[in-house]
Order: sequence, then C-alpha cells, then structure tokens
Amino acid sequence: MTERTARTPFHFHSCWELREMLGRRAFDERELLEHLEEVPLDSIYFHTYSFCLRQRGLPGVYPNDFATWAAIQVRDRVLGEKLGIIDPQDFPDLESLRAEVVSLIDDHLAQLRSVPRIMFGFGEPFYFMQSRALEIPTGVKVRTLREFRNALATLDTGTVYLHLVEARGRKGRRRGDFAAWVDEQLGLRDLAARMGRLNPYQQSLEDIRHRLVALADEALAGA
Amino acid sequence: MTEAVPTLEDYRSVAPAGTVELLRRLSERVRGRRVLHVSTSREVGGVAEILRRLVPLLEEAGVDAAWESLDGEEAVPQAAARLHAALQGDEERLPVETFDQFRAFTRARATALELTADVVVTHDVLPAGLVDARPPEGAWVWRCHLDVSRPQRRAWTVLRQFVVKFDAAVYSLPSFAQRLPIPQFLIYPSIDPLSDKNRELSAAEIDAILERLGVPRDKPILLQVARFDRFKDPLGVIDAYRLVKRQHECQLVLVGAAESDDPAGVELSADVREAASHDPDLHVLELSPHARAEVNALQRAATVVFQKSTREGFGLGVAEAMWKSKPVIGGFAGGIAAQVIYDVTGYTVNSVEGAAFRARQLLADPALRERLGAAGREHVRQNFLITRQLGDELALMATLLR
Repeated sequence: MTERTARTPFHFHSCWELREMLGRRAFDERELLEHLEEVPLDSIYFHTYSFCLRQRGLPGVYPNDFATWAAIQVRDRVLGEKLGIIDPQDFPDLESLRAEVVSLIDDHLAQLRSVPRIMFGFGEPFYFMQSRALEIPTGVKVRTLREFRNALATLDTGTVYLHLVEARGRKGRRRGDFAAWVDEQLGLRDLAARMGRLNPYQQSLEDIRHRLVALADEALAGA
Repeated sequence: MTEAVPTLEDYRSVAPAGTVELLRRLSERVRGRRVLHVSTSREVGGVAEILRRLVPLLEEAGVDAAWESLDGEEAVPQAAARLHAALQGDEERLPVETFDQFRAFTRARATALELTADVVVTHDVLPAGLVDARPPEGAWVWRCHLDVSRPQRRAWTVLRQFVVKFDAAVYSLPSFAQRLPIPQFLIYPSIDPLSDKNRELSAAEIDAILERLGVPRDKPILLQVARFDRFKDPLGVIDAYRLVKRQHECQLVLVGAAESDDPAGVELSADVREAASHDPDLHVLELSPHARAEVNALQRAATVVFQKSTREGFGLGVAEAMWKSKPVIGGFAGGIAAQVIYDVTGYTVNSVEGAAFRARQLLADPALRERLGAAGREHVRQNFLITRQLGDELALMATLLR
C-alpha cells in the first residue's frame, strides 16, 4: 500500500521571511491592547502563527510573542500563562484570533488595580512587526511515500513551516498540505491523521520534521 | 595573514539542512540584478568586515554585486565621528558646521561614484548623504548599523531629511526603528562560522594559544570579551566573579582594550588592571583587533561567558560564544536579549548579583551547562550565521524589485 504512486506529485515549497517593523511599541499591557486593536492582521499573524518560524530549532518557553513578552519582559506570568494557552489553529480567521487576544488582556486588566508595565531599564517594550514571506519552489517533487520521506529529511525547516502553518494560517486550508496529500493521493488516512495532530506551537519545526520522517518510516515498515 | 574567502558550498556543513539549496533558489529571483553597497571605508570597522564576506557570496549567488566606499584622498571629516556619537545618544551639541561638512563631503564623493544599480545600499551615516545624487532608476536602502534608539534629536532631524528619500531602511534591532514614512526592515547581523574567530579549533591549538597568552587550564574560566568602557561593565564582571569565587574555584579572563582617544576608557582600564594585580586568578588581556584566533580559543576554553553590558549595539560576542556551545550570561541591553533565550541558551541578568548567581549555578551543574550550550549553538545555527544574513539580503532585493 505504501508503495502506491500518487497521480498528482507533491511539490515541496519553502519560504524566506523578511521582517518588517511597524514602528509601534508598547511599554505596558494597556498599550499592547490598544495597538493590538489597530495593527494590520499580518502583524497578528507574525506574532502568533509565524512565531514558530523564528524558533526553528528550539521551542520557546511560551508559544507566541505576546505571552513571551508578558511573562519575560513585564514579568506578569499570569498573563503570560493565559496568552500561552492560545493556539492560533483553534480560530477560523485572524480577526477572531485578534478578538480573543484583546478580550483576554482586557479581562486580565479588569482584575488589576494598576497596569503592569516593563520596569525602565529592565525590560524591552513590545515591538510590533509583520513579515513579508517569499514562497520559494524547491524544485523537489515526489510521488511515493518513500520519496516524500527522503526529501523531507533533507529540505530546510521552512518547508515544514510553509506546508504546515502557512497552508492553514494564510491559505485557509482545513489541514496541512502533508496530511492532505498522503490522504488524498496515497490513501493513507491513518498516517494523515497522525501527521495532522503535530502541533508547531508545542514543538520546534526541526522536531516536527523528525517526527514526520519517523511517522513515514513507521508507515513504510508496516506496509 | 589574509583569510581565504569561503564559497557558499563551504557552508553546507555548518548551516541548517537545506539552507544552501534554498539560498540558490532564492537567488534566482534576483539573478543578474545589480546591487551596489556603499560604506564609509573598505578597510576599517564592522561594516567593512561584513561586506568583505557578504559581497563575494552575493556574487556567487548570481547577483551582480559591487562595493564602493567613501575612501579617497580627502580624509573622512572629523564631523563623521561626532555625528555617529550624536546619533547614538551623545549629548554634545553639534555646531551647524558639522552638518555642513557632512553635506559637502558626501556631495563631493557622489560625483566620483557610479551610483547606478537596481538596488543601492548605503551603510550608516556618511554614505546616506549620497541619496541626494540618486538617479531616477533603482531602489535605495539605508542600512543603519548604529544604535539609534535614543538619538540626539538635532542630529537625527538632520539625518532624517536624507533618510526619507530612501525607499526602505534596514536596522539591526527593532528598538532602533524610527517614525518614518518608508518601510523599515529588520536584519540581524551575523557571525561567519568559517572565519578565524569562529572556525573549529583542535584541542592542541587551543592549548597552545592559552599557554602563549599565559592563561592556565587548572580552573574553570569565566570570560568576557569586550572593550573596556563603562557600558561593558568590566568592573561589574569582576564584582560578580568575586561573589562566585566565594563558593567555586574559578578564574576570570577579561579580554579587551580601551580606545586610546577615550580618557574614561583608559582610566577604567587602569582600574581593571589594578583589580587584577591583587588576584592571580584574574587575567586581563589586551589583544589586537586582529587576534581573532586567540579570542576563538579563549571562548572555546571558557566554561561560562559573560557579556554583562549595560548598553550594547548588537553584541555579536554572544552569538560567537553560543556557537562554541557556551552558556552566556548577558546584561539586559541591545541585541543581547535578542540572542539569549532565557533559561534555554543562557540568562539575561540585571545586576552583579544576578550574574554571580547564574554563574554559580552553571559552575555547579555540568548538565545545565551542556543543555544551554547545545541549545545556544542550535539557536545560532538557525538565526545568526552569515547564511541567514545572505538570505535576508536576497529577500530584501527580491521584495524591493518586485
């Protein structure tokens, strides 16, 4: 079964992220909230979805920039924990994600007597950014699971990001490209389900790449 | 001895998997396009050091890359140094003549340079003035390597008149960005893993260099490599070391020198030497800027590396140490926080006591050192190698030429 050849090959693409600064900064959690209401959706995307692209080899302590800033720079671990549990994949679109982050911070501030802020000289403000991601065809295309596995083991982690995160986050696909292809083209529904459960906000992209290769190896061994 | 310039292929063994192929693919977007970098000098300073490596790699990637400088028969005006200092926050009020000299100098140099290219990148202050002579074609980028997070307003207001004529600005840290009507991009600086300062060294090479420098290997080494100025806080590092030494056998090596034209630095250097004169485990080494292999060996021999700055540009010494799998204790300044992931690759600290506490913890716990060191090397591999910077430069060109 696993030697099945796909009618439509899988074309691997990767990406390169160029970071753009918006010139907005927040020194306290109220300012963070106010900017959050106004920044382009691309900035929300940058600080949540594409956070993992900047932690390719190592998962950060918190899974997005907002949680990291609250916990590390403001030293508000409570807000850091609340923001840290947000998984962007749980939201149908970026506006919903923005609304969740804003209301979570607003609720948190409503319980406090003063607005937590960075201590002067001991914390970095939050700098709002966005990215311009260039999608790059790698020129690698595969038709079998073995070819897929071998290619994935050598390509850069931007490939994992593009087909796993961008596919859902920016392109609005229901699931990642890898899972969709092994299901629809190779008929490997169980493998697709296992691939679909990998979460880039809990593991580094490098870890996910290794896990994807391992899952493919298991499927090949069981064939 | 001049270092050999590596090729892109040479980086395959050190860059993240697939990076070389990706860079070749990315370069197809800008193949044959001309980029011109203009720096103040071809010989001196960090910008020249970066361009010496980057320009050949851009050429190898298929870009028609050129590099010009403002070097010439006429010396760079004294005004340049004062303008640099003012943009980095120095409070000395600059006379109008300083700005006039800046304008006159760049106007004169512009006539001697061929400024036609698809993308022109001018580095830092003096070359920024060339934008007044820009031809109608081509995208112009102002590449700022300076810490302009708190510039003297008068100096910035003058420079801003030039900067707004560019198509984009590029900074090394988000905190350097200004309110500008043009796009502002972030490109972190990088280290070259194949340079003499960062290449692998054998144990025998390290031993020989340390012996030559008079640094014994009988105790764990705490190290800071930074010039002696108050923002690098060498006296704070000595205080931290003394707190550590109450509980752990160790030695401190401070590598640096004072700029000869900086009286405060010379005085600080004397204080550091005075402190060292009473302690056989405190070594102060004033090395030449060309002593790259020596710094490499010391970083590799160290157990813990400090970069306890209170003010910092980017602080690439952090990436250099992490590349050598060393846990880093950094001050909360400049680019240090961008490089050190707290409790993952090292620690950022806000006090002498904090530095001492983390150093004690690291000396007592080899497994912790190993965990942070391994994570640090991986973090640098992904984010702070020259291959990443090359990709960013190619992506910037592709974005501007779209």
